[in-house]
Amino acid sequence: MKANNSTPFAIEVTDLCKRFGPQQVLSGVNLQCPRGQVTTIVGPSGCGKTVFLKHLMLLLRPDSGRIVINSTEVTRLNARGLDKIREQFGVLFQGGALFDSLTVFENVAFPLVEKTKLSREQIAEAVTQKLAAVGLEGMGNKYPSEISGGMQKRAALARALIRNPSILYLDEPTTGLDPTRTGSIHELIRHTHQRFGLTVVMVSHDVPQVFEISDRVAFMHDGRVRLDGTVAEVMDAHDPVFERFLAGTASEDEDLRAPGTTETRV
Amino acid sequence: MNTPTGITPAKRWLVSPIERLGAMVLDAIDALGGFVLFLLYAVREIVLPPYKVRLVLRQIRIIGAESSFLVALIAVFTGMVLGLQGEFTLRKFGAEGALGTVVSLVLVRELGPVLTALMVTARAGSAMAAEIGAMQVTEQLDALTVMAIDPVQYLVSPRILAGVISLPLLASIFDVIGILGGYAVGVGLMGAPAGSYFNGIASNLAGDDVAGGLYKALVFGLIVAWVSCYKGYNAPRMATGVSRATTEAVVLSSVLILMFDYILTSLLLK
Ligand SMILES: Nc1ncnc2c1ncn2[C@@H]1O[C@H](COP(=O)(O)OP(=O)(O)O)[C@@H](O)[C@H]1O
Ligand SMILES: [Mg+2]
Repeated sequence: MKANNSTPFAIEVTDLCKRFGPQQVLSGVNLQCPRGQVTTIVGPSGCGKTVFLKHLMLLLRPDSGRIVINSTEVTRLNARGLDKIREQFGVLFQGGALFDSLTVFENVAFPLVEKTKLSREQIAEAVTQKLAAVGLEGMGNKYPSEISGGMQKRAALARALIRNPSILYLDEPTTGLDPTRTGSIHELIRHTHQRFGLTVVMVSHDVPQVFEISDRVAFMHDGRVRLDGTVAEVMDAHDPVFERFLAGTASEDEDLRAPGTTETRV
Repeated sequence: MNTPTGITPAKRWLVSPIERLGAMVLDAIDALGGFVLFLLYAVREIVLPPYKVRLVLRQIRIIGAESSFLVALIAVFTGMVLGLQGEFTLRKFGAEGALGTVVSLVLVRELGPVLTALMVTARAGSAMAAEIGAMQVTEQLDALTVMAIDPVQYLVSPRILAGVISLPLLASIFDVIGILGGYAVGVGLMGAPAGSYFNGIASNLAGDDVAGGLYKALVFGLIVAWVSCYKGYNAPRMATGVSRATTEAVVLSSVLILMFDYILTSLLLK
């Protein structure tokens, strides 16, 4: 692996453009994600956050622009080259994307079973360790349909981590969870990030709670990154569009939780 | 689309249907191209190593073995009705002795492969489309891809190979059981001469008939697995995506099976 060299960035994206039919979804995205930090992408729904993340996951090819992951330019790689990069990251999809015909244990073991020559015992040990790391000890024999949404996210996170990637992508890791579970998944992300020293790139709609576990924030708007920097920098930028976005999501949250209460945001 | 300036409504009225037809033709070619490329890609993964024997065997169990009871059930009733209808009709011409020949030719050349394929479409094809469609809609296919596992190689190729292997075997079961069903009713119930039933088969059912029937079944197996996997793989990401993929898979497979039955029959009868 070509890690820890030259640039301090695990991911560098330059002028990324993508169009679906007549719809220009990404029109020149620029973003740099420092190695070992948590970068959180926020923005109104439908603004292209998932599409952008799918480019980083090598699931979509850009129309133009450059993506450098761990010092490798990935946009022109062939299938074998892409697979090499894929070994360096893990993904937690929005819905978890666990294989529902396999148990939790088999799901977490799957990448090792399919892609490595580890023995059965080695695999069992690695899986048990990762399940413990996400707080799912003893749940290995359950099927995804038998566990709660929060547990599915945990199991999917264990699967994403099983090959010890250096980068972790998270697409809305807390969608569909109640506030308590959201908090505990955030805690788990922070813990995982610190324990494994990962570079984390996350899309989230939990504004502003998610800023507590983020090092950097990128605000996407109209197919571009309109604003990015450390959490403090972004909050101090006084960008009118960003402030309107913050106000919008915050008031939505308040409507849901405690009708009548006024601004409690700091 | 930007309309050039200076175009009158009359001209647009004339041009736009042609334009729309053109766009439709292009879309159709595009869709057909995707459909054919999908198969070529899956076949390439079948031919090239590594060979996923375990996955293929599992699919043969699901498509083949688990469909065999249903196929046998349909076969026995089909054979019985052929025995009934055949004996009833042949008796009018004083040709009771030809029952075995008629039943076996109809089954081996036509009904065996076609009905087997339609049953497999209903049972295994729909399941394939639904399973792969659900995986598409819930991002499980993307999850495979990011694990550096090619979903076509892992899911589609084994199913297509298993379809091609299973269908001729199932059609053979259908033929044999159908012929026995025809015997039970035609000879046992209606009193057609027992000896001439199997003698007729032995002397009139040629190797070409059997080969032609198996060849048809093989093509139908390819069609069912190909169409079902394609529809599942391209299931739209919305609430009704899976049900739509499943319906389209069953309808398109059935239509293509009957269409290719005619085409293959006209080629084989030459
Ligand atoms: N595969 C696709 N084909 C066509 N349009 C797409 C595709 N994927 C996403 N889009 C469109 O791109 C836009 C951005 O989507 P997305 O990135 O999912 O938004 P979000 O920021 O909420 O994650 C949406 O309008 C969506 O309809
Ligand atoms: Mg999204």
